[in-house]
Amino acid sequence: MATYYSEDHEWITVEGDVATLGITQHAADQLGEVVFVEQRETGDEFEKGGEIGVIESVKAASEIYAPLDGEVVEVNETLADNPGALNESPEGDAWIYKIKLSDASQLDDLMDLDGYKALIG
Amino acid sequence: MTDAPKRTPLYDLHVELGGKIVDFAGWEMPVQYPMGIMGEHKQCREKAALFDVSHMGQVILRGDNVGEKLETLCPQAFATLKEGKARYGFFTNDDGGIMDDLIVSNAGDHYFVVVNAALRHQDIPHMQANLDGIEVTEIFDRALVAVQGPKAEDVVGELCPAARDLKFMETAIADIGGVECRISRLGYTGEDGYEISIPEADAIRVSKLFLAHDDCEPAGLGARDSLRLEAGLCLYGNDIDQSTSPIEASLNWAIQKRRREEGGFPGAARIQKELAEGTAKKLVGIKPEGRAPARQGVEVQSEGGDTLGAITSGSFGPTVGGPVAMGYVAADHSAAGTKVNLIIRGKAQPAEIVALPFVTQNYKR
Repeated sequence: MATYYSEDHEWITVEGDVATLGITQHAADQLGEVVFVEQRETGDEFEKGGEIGVIESVKAASEIYAPLDGEVVEVNETLADNPGALNESPEGDAWIYKIKLSDASQLDDLMDLDGYKALIG
Repeated sequence: MTDAPKRTPLYDLHVELGGKIVDFAGWEMPVQYPMGIMGEHKQCREKAALFDVSHMGQVILRGDNVGEKLETLCPQAFATLKEGKARYGFFTNDDGGIMDDLIVSNAGDHYFVVVNAALRHQDIPHMQANLDGIEVTEIFDRALVAVQGPKAEDVVGELCPAARDLKFMETAIADIGGVECRISRLGYTGEDGYEISIPEADAIRVSKLFLAHDDCEPAGLGARDSLRLEAGLCLYGNDIDQSTSPIEASLNWAIQKRRREEGGFPGAARIQKELAEGTAKKLVGIKPEGRAPARQGVEVQSEGGDTLGAITSGSFGPTVGGPVAMGYVAADHSAAGTKVNLIIRGKAQPAEIVALPFVTQNYKR
């Protein structure tokens, strides 16, 4: 199962035509302690580059942007009660959405782990 | 004009302690340490936290009748401020707006004033131009640190027994680690604690003496902001500014009876009128019902959809365990218990007007 990374510090893993999306450990560290996550609902459609949610830390609000076109098929609802999970396990349990991809070729525009590591230095 | 960012005498200590440095009002200051804002906030509410507030302006006023003369610039009763006592105040402009807020201490042979970092360049000339016969000297060779929290008396008192004898809003000169410090029992977190002015050369050494105590950890600007917000204390530039009057800002308590009656300060006409008749808008505590923090600028609406005002400070309150905010609303919707809506990212989120502070203040009176 391949993992892709976006310039907006999201990770995406793909199984079949469903992608799981979250924020990277680097992003979580930069945000500081997360206190609230505003998520879209199942059935909402994303367009690459569009705002698809907001993460609020103690300090500030940060938007989440869609790395791909797609439709939300599942929302990680545990984040509503436990937003701090995004600090503890951003690349594990604290995924944000599962998305049905509408154009898998968009994955080619994303980075692999080495590319992402180079981006964050 | 862009000046290079300035560093306080504690800068090297912040770096040594792993502080994350940000630019704040032209100063390179720690926003947080490895413990994180939530941990630092909790540390201050439960034990003790050390804050660097050296970026604020420390000013010495010398001359005859300093207190009387300050009364021509501020609505506070500074003429009757007893030696060894400190008092919260503000400069008002001719329209009754707040130019800055400050703490004034009667230090016996002089008055000691602390003003906001961003406004020292306004306040010093303002005092120099208007305090006739008073020598106004800004001090640049002293650090200012705050030790705040229920254990602050233990942390500071172990090194300086005289600190235990001070009550809230009292100030004295005392020895800490062989250094002569000005120590004042006050602060900006809602907790008991001290602000301590230390000669620059000894600032790091004395700060480390505090930090050597098991119950004291460093805290940054992030925790300072969430603590003061929960304590219902105004931040200049957010909650109060040149356009807001102290009465609108619910700071009536900070204008003593004699001054209310006599006037004689800038903007007295408006302030006395507002004291008598009330104001159209009022600064209140606002508690969002959901989990989403309401940040500065968020519109406050009535349940019927009328605009009532806006949030001036809003964040997550770690002690409250949820979002907390302050803001101005129309006075007829300012009573505690009033239901309002906050327009967060275009959506109305329910909230309630509440009495400030959000957490009980813990001062040693």
